[in-house]
Amino acid sequence: MRRKDWQTLGFAALLLLVAALLPLTGDGYLISLGVSIAMYTVLATSWALFSGPTHYISLATAAFFGVGSYVTGSWIEIIPYWALLPIAAVAGGVLAALVGLATLRLSGVYFVIFSLGLAEMIRQVVTWYQNQTGHKGTYVLTDMTDSGIYWQLLGLAGLVYLAGWAIGRSRLGFALRIIGEDEDVARHVGINTALSKVALFVVSGAVAAVVGAIIAPRYVYIEPAIAFAPMLSFQVVIMALLGGTGRLWGPLVGVVPFTLLWEVISASFPNQTTLLLGLSFLVIVYLLPGGFVGLYDRLRARRALRGVPA
Amino acid sequence: MRTATNVISLRGATKQFGGLVAVDNMDFDVTEHEVKGLIGPNGSGKSTTLNLISGALTPSDGEIVLRGTPITGLPAKDIARLGVSRTFQLVRLLPSMTVLENVMAGAVFGHRRRWGRAAEQHAMAILEKVGMARQARAHFSQLTYIDTKRVELARALAGEPEVLLLDEWLAGLNPTELQAGIELIHALRDEGRTIILVEHVMDAIRSLCDSCVVMSSGKKIAEGTPEEVLSDPDVVRAYLGDEDA
Repeated sequence: MRRKDWQTLGFAALLLLVAALLPLTGDGYLISLGVSIAMYTVLATSWALFSGPTHYISLATAAFFGVGSYVTGSWIEIIPYWALLPIAAVAGGVLAALVGLATLRLSGVYFVIFSLGLAEMIRQVVTWYQNQTGHKGTYVLTDMTDSGIYWQLLGLAGLVYLAGWAIGRSRLGFALRIIGEDEDVARHVGINTALSKVALFVVSGAVAAVVGAIIAPRYVYIEPAIAFAPMLSFQVVIMALLGGTGRLWGPLVGVVPFTLLWEVISASFPNQTTLLLGLSFLVIVYLLPGGFVGLYDRLRARRALRGVPA
Repeated sequence: MRTATNVISLRGATKQFGGLVAVDNMDFDVTEHEVKGLIGPNGSGKSTTLNLISGALTPSDGEIVLRGTPITGLPAKDIARLGVSRTFQLVRLLPSMTVLENVMAGAVFGHRRRWGRAAEQHAMAILEKVGMARQARAHFSQLTYIDTKRVELARALAGEPEVLLLDEWLAGLNPTELQAGIELIHALRDEGRTIILVEHVMDAIRSLCDSCVVMSSGKKIAEGTPEEVLSDPDVVRAYLGDEDA
């Protein structure tokens, strides 16, 4: 590793540490906002690990998230909480592997639609199962506080960044970038395209499931409409694209302003949140292709052209 | 034994698209260090034959063998790893990557695999060979047409393939570029590489190929040295029609 890598690592660790101090303020509103930001950061960053380089837009986040929530919801009374998180990771990963093997041959819009349909289908199956057993939802009663949830999500964020950093420096990361550029060329230089894509999809599915498992106690009561809300998938995509998927820190830059704006709007105009989603999408498409990361790169390139040291 | 040095052999290789037989019962061998030309009129099945060898298409029938290993119907990634690499009829570079990264793609995942510094140094050495070392950090959009072709060739060479497939690599070059292009392929030939090239440029075929397979309507109609096949009445007829034969 080069010196610059160590500096980046150290800086990231420091930021994480500062973020970990937030619950010490004791301000419930701030902490709850922190939970939202940490949750979307993990979801958007892990989404971008797969969708960023490959350009496969997945709308299946809610499916993995929901499965994770239900792992906690269904077994919290039987299995110790700490064992639930790895179980959720495995459940999310296995689901992603199955979906990946079945669908990653689909290209472009077909994959998008399938991933959206998947979340809906799982929601319907869970609803049907619960109706059979005479329940509508499940109570998740724990003594977990918001601060506890926040710290767990921060820890998970640290893991995701570490994983993303390692993948970015690996053959697998290089393979995914090539796949995103031209899948035919990727195959002809000898890349196992299917395996590479499924591997990353599994990582992002497993992480989303763990997030769901961690968040479930916060909801207290979960039902399919909450756990598998399709809105979540769209939010994650918009935030990741707003920040930009070209860099590991990109999604974070999208998550922070978007979550704050979302908070303000859902507090004052609760019916206009979808409007925000739509407007953000337009802004990304027309003004910010490549998100904030793309903007940053363009500004830097312009400065470099003028001969100003960047 | 002649067969001992065969790098690639096609036996009855056939590709059907519905009712159309694009490649009909192709047989030929390419021996070590040989430069084999695949020529014929437009639509005669040359590129399809190349696609069958590289795994871009799956043969409907017949067998393709690489150094004794059957590769018939294997996925392109496996064929690439076993030692077949190619360029495309329309240049396909990885547009948002640098020249060096494009070539490293071949070095990292090809027949002989390298990683890290070793891959980078190897890619640089290949770029040096094709005359692109100075533009290693450049992007696709900054390159001239022949330079994009050089980069694609470098990517194909970077995995150190057993056999190199060139699909009209010289097409679309202006006369000066064409001269440079022919010299470059000549240099590869002098290194003793095994090459199959699909080509229309007759000068290139004469100066580069040890032997040629001539195709017409999917069938092999002649095989031999360029002089032999180009004077063959069947070949002249296939290119020019009956009156000139």
